[in-house]
Amino acid sequence: MINKLQKLNPKLWDKDIEQVPIRKGFGEGLLAAGELDERVVGLCADLTESTQMHLFRNKFPHRFIEIGIAEQNLASVASGMAAMGKVPFITSYAMFSPGRNWEQIRTTICYNNRPVIIAGSHAGISVGPDGGTHQAIEDLAIMRVIPKMVVISPCDHIEARKATLASVGLKAPVYIRLAREKTPVITTEDSPFEIGKANLVYGVEGKADVGIIATGALVYRALKVAEKFNKEKITVKVLNVHTIKPLDEKAVLELAKDCGALVTVEEHQIAGGLGSAVAEYLSQHIPTPIEFVGVRDVFGQSGTPDELLEYYGMGESHIEEAVQKVMKRK
Amino acid sequence: MSDLTSEKIELLKEKANDIRISIIEMLVAAGSGHSAGPLGMADVFTALYFHVLKHEPTNPFWEGRDRVVLSNGHICPVLYAAMAHSGYFPVKELLTLRKFQSRLQGHPHREFLPYLENSSGPLGSGLSQIVGMALVDRIDNGQTSDKFFYCLTGDGELDEGQNWEAIMLAGKERLGKIITIVDRNNIQIDGYTEDVMPLESLSHKFESFGWHTEEIDGHNFQAIIEAVGRAQAVFDGPSVIIARTIPGKGVSYMERDFKWHGNIPGTDIAGEPAKAEQVTIALHELRTLGGQIRSEHQ
Repeated sequence: MINKLQKLNPKLWDKDIEQVPIRKGFGEGLLAAGELDERVVGLCADLTESTQMHLFRNKFPHRFIEIGIAEQNLASVASGMAAMGKVPFITSYAMFSPGRNWEQIRTTICYNNRPVIIAGSHAGISVGPDGGTHQAIEDLAIMRVIPKMVVISPCDHIEARKATLASVGLKAPVYIRLAREKTPVITTEDSPFEIGKANLVYGVEGKADVGIIATGALVYRALKVAEKFNKEKITVKVLNVHTIKPLDEKAVLELAKDCGALVTVEEHQIAGGLGSAVAEYLSQHIPTPIEFVGVRDVFGQSGTPDELLEYYGMGESHIEEAVQKVMKRK
Repeated sequence: MSDLTSEKIELLKEKANDIRISIIEMLVAAGSGHSAGPLGMADVFTALYFHVLKHEPTNPFWEGRDRVVLSNGHICPVLYAAMAHSGYFPVKELLTLRKFQSRLQGHPHREFLPYLENSSGPLGSGLSQIVGMALVDRIDNGQTSDKFFYCLTGDGELDEGQNWEAIMLAGKERLGKIITIVDRNNIQIDGYTEDVMPLESLSHKFESFGWHTEEIDGHNFQAIIEAVGRAQAVFDGPSVIIARTIPGKGVSYMERDFKWHGNIPGTDIAGEPAKAEQVTIALHELRTLGGQIRSEHQ
């Protein structure tokens, strides 16, 4: 059952559940951050409206820099602004930032220890019809391996807004992964959110048959699968890991102990993402059977988000199969 | 900037020579590193650290300081030597260059040496950082600022596309407080710049992006300091000073030779002095100012 302590959307199972793009939460969060903190500045590489930075630009035009289509410059100019005491947010599509400017992020932001916040919009395969060139399914991996970088993948627009606001105070480089499409609203204003602290959104304390560890928009599908199994008397818990790095090791360890079998779910290559982070940790502490739901070392193509998630193995049926498969491995 | 007297020019020449001697000594102690670039830029760095910059070496985090971003991190021996000789840290620490746990990393890392404004090594990102710094100064202080933002770049590194992204942005934003000095020494690792990837007409390239340009002899203190003065007077756009330098300047067998870009004295290179003689020759030439003075102790 839904974990009541999480104060999730009471209309979670409604067919017409409210759907809002995750990136919208970023735009609102940045505007709020700008109002709260004068140090916040925004830089964009010619995608101001689609990354939702226009809300900030319209309110604070003198604190907004249009960089043009130049993502390498975007990252390093932000580093220079952070050096002078600002808290810069940079945005583009995830495929271009952090996709194209990885070395600039590594050297001029992280190695330089400058607290720049990178918002990668249109991440994941669900960007859809634009096709494989625009589907960033490697971004978590390439951000996760850089020392100092905090990596956040919110599950809905409310969580994205909270993550954006919370990032300002971290004094560290942060990557926030955003999706383009409308996404079911899972959490509420009252849901707990703390960077680095995973939330058990489904299940209660104690043992269960399987634990699902999910991130981003797919948390909603994981919840639906858990609800379905629960009705069949198979107990499933769902942990929403919005912060991939630093990983909430305590929560992951507890889930592994309680369930003894896990499924990880992410809209990302299996290599290097959330599943890898979980496996790296657990294999050293409490080796646990894990099934990975994600993209299996291929590029995407054009299609609707549902078509693509189904074709590339991230549909509800695939999560169900993974749950059944991992139970047999216990 | 204070006035440049003939006495001051003589003092700068001596400082530059001390810095070149330090560069050779630290490279030899390190056992690896880059020789030609640091020697070639010794005069420009001396002019900056001993005449041009507003800075307080004993109060390195003073908010009012000018900012210096080194883009081509591999010439850091000249930056470290200029900083040590101007009082940021003891000159003897220079001999720890490239050693385990030294503050003087092989390429600059500001977490090891916090007096640095930036870490660098991978080429082509310094200009972007100086643009970011100058943008903040304008946002916070408007036209009342008295800070200048100096970026030092190599010429070979201008092959990197990111530079031109930054050059375009600085022109668009008319960042008059930016003064970039390009080390125009015409060499890079694979050969002469005009063979590897032609840069000329470099001055026209910058001009067409909205920059004020100066082209000078990078070993003439009067020319360097006057060019900086003119650049400081430019209000409505960034400035670039293309400093024509001789790579390896001060050590005869290294001058103008790209083979010395990434090698240090004591390396077996065909056509060069015997390996065992190279350090002695280099230090002798520098200590006697290329034979201008007879005794090393004069």
